[in-house]
Amino acid sequence: MVNLSRENGFNFLLAAGLLIIPFIAQSMDEPFGITLATRVAVLALAGVGLNLALGSGGLVSFGHAAFFGLGGYVAGILAHHALNYEPIMLSPFEINGTTEMLIIWPLAMLVSGLAALLIGYFSLRTSGVYFIMITLAFAQMIYYFAISWPAYGGEDGLPIYLRNTFPGVNTMDPISFFLIAYVILLLVIALVHVLNNSRFGAALQAARQNDERLSAVGIAPFNIRLVAFVISAMITGLAGALQADLLKFVDPSALSWHMSGEIMIFVILGGVGRLFGPVAGAALFILFESIFGGMTEYWMLFLGAVLLIVVLFARGGLVGFIAGKARHG
Amino acid sequence: MADKKPILTIKNLYKSFGALKATDDVSLDLYEGEIHALIGPNGAGKSTLIKQISGDYQSDSGSIHFLDQDLAGLGVAERARAGLGRTFQVSSLALEFSALRNVMLAVQSKSGSSFKFFKSVQKDADLIEPAMQMLKEVGLEGRADIPAAELSHGERRQLEVAIALALKPKAFLLDEPMAGLGPAGSKNLTGFLDQLRHQAPILLVEHDMDAVFALADRISVLVYGRIIAAGTVDEIRGNPLVREAYLGEEAS
Repeated sequence: MVNLSRENGFNFLLAAGLLIIPFIAQSMDEPFGITLATRVAVLALAGVGLNLALGSGGLVSFGHAAFFGLGGYVAGILAHHALNYEPIMLSPFEINGTTEMLIIWPLAMLVSGLAALLIGYFSLRTSGVYFIMITLAFAQMIYYFAISWPAYGGEDGLPIYLRNTFPGVNTMDPISFFLIAYVILLLVIALVHVLNNSRFGAALQAARQNDERLSAVGIAPFNIRLVAFVISAMITGLAGALQADLLKFVDPSALSWHMSGEIMIFVILGGVGRLFGPVAGAALFILFESIFGGMTEYWMLFLGAVLLIVVLFARGGLVGFIAGKARHG
Repeated sequence: MADKKPILTIKNLYKSFGALKATDDVSLDLYEGEIHALIGPNGAGKSTLIKQISGDYQSDSGSIHFLDQDLAGLGVAERARAGLGRTFQVSSLALEFSALRNVMLAVQSKSGSSFKFFKSVQKDADLIEPAMQMLKEVGLEGRADIPAAELSHGERRQLEVAIALALKPKAFLLDEPMAGLGPAGSKNLTGFLDQLRHQAPILLVEHDMDAVFALADRISVLVYGRIIAAGTVDEIRGNPLVREAYLGEEAS
């Protein structure tokens, strides 16, 4: 049933394929292909975040857009203040905006992580449908707040006139920006792999399989889940910051439940709990959008059909379909 | 035994579910080196009592002291860390994990924090070796790599015991460990528990009367949430109340 080398092979193909596409696109003078590949990398990263909660921890969060959007707004707001030379606050001490990605990313992760700490602290006391609804409710609260808060564009969103900067890299060059997103994606996937195999990962997976068992050996599932939820949110928040820079724009739609649903679709299409599942899922999603989206505005109908097939007949998603059932050592 | 201090002391414990008094003024204790069996007909409240001790249920009133520590307000995980090793009436395992990894989880808990994020457990000899040792003790070392979901019913019961052992508990709470084992399996486990009492005392809930009479130092009989009799095997065998309420034909 198990074919680990096959899964590794498929993962390698996915990673290599995603890397090659922008260069092919550039050689064919089709810069839009680079944008598509970058979107795959960024959305996959958001999915990798959710996959830690959903796949490893069994936490069906329907509110990950909150973290994605918060990450995006951190990037947008910092850039907005920096580009307008307006400090964010003056007292008790002055805080200025920045266009430095290396500062924006940790802050985006910090804000998403803190939000997840709060949301998780309340929502992780529930499970099943209640957990889904509470995470959704929290995310919608942030969504409506963003819509109704005029300082940062409200419903119209917040433009980032110039893409934020990274030392030594011209981020306005599409390939360079793609490579930034791609390298981050692979680094985070490697990190998640390490986490999943650690003691923490063992406890997290045990919490998903049987939290009664985990408690009985003396490990409180709540604490484990809360930390996983926070890490998961930080990853998705980082993806949100990258997305804002990719689009040079952030608006409340990044916070909406549609976005939460899309992130979940990446994970399910690719394979819940599979290391490269979100990459496969996001790639499939973007592929569908660009093929069928050009033909009809109802392209989601096709995606829905595929999702239905996956849920009914291929629970392991694309990765599971190719590499077989998941295995734990 | 009077000069020894009890490891576990339960005093005047109550628990109601609506109008049903599941635990009604229960007091019992568990001394070092003994097996204290808790018997009673179905629905007598044995599992409720076990869950009150393990921390699944909070008691309405009464106290549980374990090694001089009041357990009130502590959750399941905290009580397990305090040294209560428990097996479930219906096997409760991480089914996707191998037998070995199930035990490794207990070793991991025992050896400190689970907030270790980087070292791989797959190569962690500090986890694997003690876990393997526990599997050997219950005779499951040949099945170490089999996912718990694929183990037989009896093997799962053995695995539960191995996990409890790995916690190096100060007392065992065993909820019907013989359930569903064949005669040979029961006999094996009986021999095993007989030795286990020297490691830590056992509060044993069991329906298998042969095992109870063979093992128990003391027996408490629970009926409708109350302890109607407590004493040695012979005292319980001879108690007319117990015969009437519970043992019926079986004891004659």
